[in-house]
Amino acid sequence: MTDTATTFDLRTTTVRSTNKALQAAGAPARSVITAPRGAHALACGLDSDIDVTIDGHVGYYCAGMNQHATVTVAGNAGVGVAENMMSGTVRVQGDASQSAGATAHGGLLVIEGNAAARCGISMKGVDIVVGGDIGHMSAFMGQAGRLVVCGDAGEALGDSLYEARIYVRGTVASLGADCIKKEMAAEHLAELTELLAAAGIDADPTDFTRYGSARQLYNFHVDNAATY
Amino acid sequence: MCGIVGLHLRDRTLYPELGALLSGMLDQMCDRGPDSAGMAIYGDPIWSPEGHATISLLETPLPRADLAAALTSRLGVEATAFDLAPTAVAHAPVTAEQLHDAVRAIAPTARVIGFGTDVTVLKGMGNPTALAHRFGLPNASGWQGVAHTRMATESAVTAEGSHPFSVGPDQCLVHNGSFSNHMSVKHTLEREGIVFDSENDTEVGARFVAGQLAGGVDLEKALLMLNETFDGFYTLLVSNKDSFAVVRDAISCKPAVIAETDRWVAMASEYRALADLPGIDSARIFEPEPEEVYVWHRQ
Repeated sequence: MTDTATTFDLRTTTVRSTNKALQAAGAPARSVITAPRGAHALACGLDSDIDVTIDGHVGYYCAGMNQHATVTVAGNAGVGVAENMMSGTVRVQGDASQSAGATAHGGLLVIEGNAAARCGISMKGVDIVVGGDIGHMSAFMGQAGRLVVCGDAGEALGDSLYEARIYVRGTVASLGADCIKKEMAAEHLAELTELLAAAGIDADPTDFTRYGSARQLYNFHVDNAATY
Repeated sequence: MCGIVGLHLRDRTLYPELGALLSGMLDQMCDRGPDSAGMAIYGDPIWSPEGHATISLLETPLPRADLAAALTSRLGVEATAFDLAPTAVAHAPVTAEQLHDAVRAIAPTARVIGFGTDVTVLKGMGNPTALAHRFGLPNASGWQGVAHTRMATESAVTAEGSHPFSVGPDQCLVHNGSFSNHMSVKHTLEREGIVFDSENDTEVGARFVAGQLAGGVDLEKALLMLNETFDGFYTLLVSNKDSFAVVRDAISCKPAVIAETDRWVAMASEYRALADLPGIDSARIFEPEPEEVYVWHRQ
């Protein structure tokens, strides 16, 4: 392995050829993508343990479907960053638009700035740590994983939540249907400590409040299985 | 999808670059609506000369020379008309209302797509970038501009269906999304005597805002009332003679990004439309919050 990063300058090459090179079996261990200028679908579908830094703001669906790779956006991200991520790490140093980490199954998404509406919508196992605030309807129908918010949360946090766990340091504008405040036990403090450390964010876990599902929307009872 | 771009200049030294900057922004939004486009420029000295009212028309039955002659004769002052096909633009040293009334009398079947003392509205079919160049947008100057690429939903791809919808003096409204209760709002407005030009849902929003402004409320209040009245998914960019405003619906699933510096305020559907603006690297970039009205005034 070499320390020299391979550079993809989007002024002189295309998103498609860049993604193809990063998805290839012999993809460079370290890459820098320059002049992204809000381009869509950058560093999508990566499937190996490589390190990609994007030097600037990106458009929609950056680092979608990521497996194993570490992708850093040195700027803001558009709609759906790290959507459907399976593993690996995606870090946005600026703000993220709506639906960050949507439907993601695993891995770690760190947003150092703010995330807009629907952060972690339908999350299925991903860990998301946000340094700033998140917008409305975040973690809507979250099924598994952890969402940590160091700032404030917007309206309808955790609406129709299944089993995802949410930690918020600041205020919550309102809780969605079936989302309730929960006790912070030792295991939760330990979990949160670990998540903050993994994200590289310096915050005191005892300042956070935990939210989760009241499980009142679970209407299926096995006794009724015969009627289905 | 539709693509919105808008630029409100604070720094007068940028006025000569307005058209070039707006053209570059529009170019990035072509694939959000590649079939037709519309644009409005505030303060271009050729399209909207100072001391004159300007009117933009589609489907003018008169050749341009005849339109100018008929307006001159009716108004008693020299009127000028020129062709930016399919749009025709005319101006004369009278008030916006006088020019509007004169056009209505001379060419009652022509469709007025914009009028005022500052604004020129241009619409057409085809690739938005090609259209902008055909109109000469890159050479335009002024203090504010908005443009739109349309992905048609509730009415056909026509020049008339393009945004902005400009139905009051110096007012423009561009829309990304759709209104879901526009027919009931339209029926209410029709009962109040408002006449519509098209089947387009956005025109209902524009007529609603124009009605509020004509009734004396300010732009911010008008847009708060719009939020209370209209259902649907929308990001709106609304401009008038001295203001530039952005508002989104409660769900806010239609995209919007705002960038602001000491020299300008810009709004677009996506960041890539803003990437070439001067000083973008040090701009404050943010997404508008749901149902919050953002307004900037000309200084």
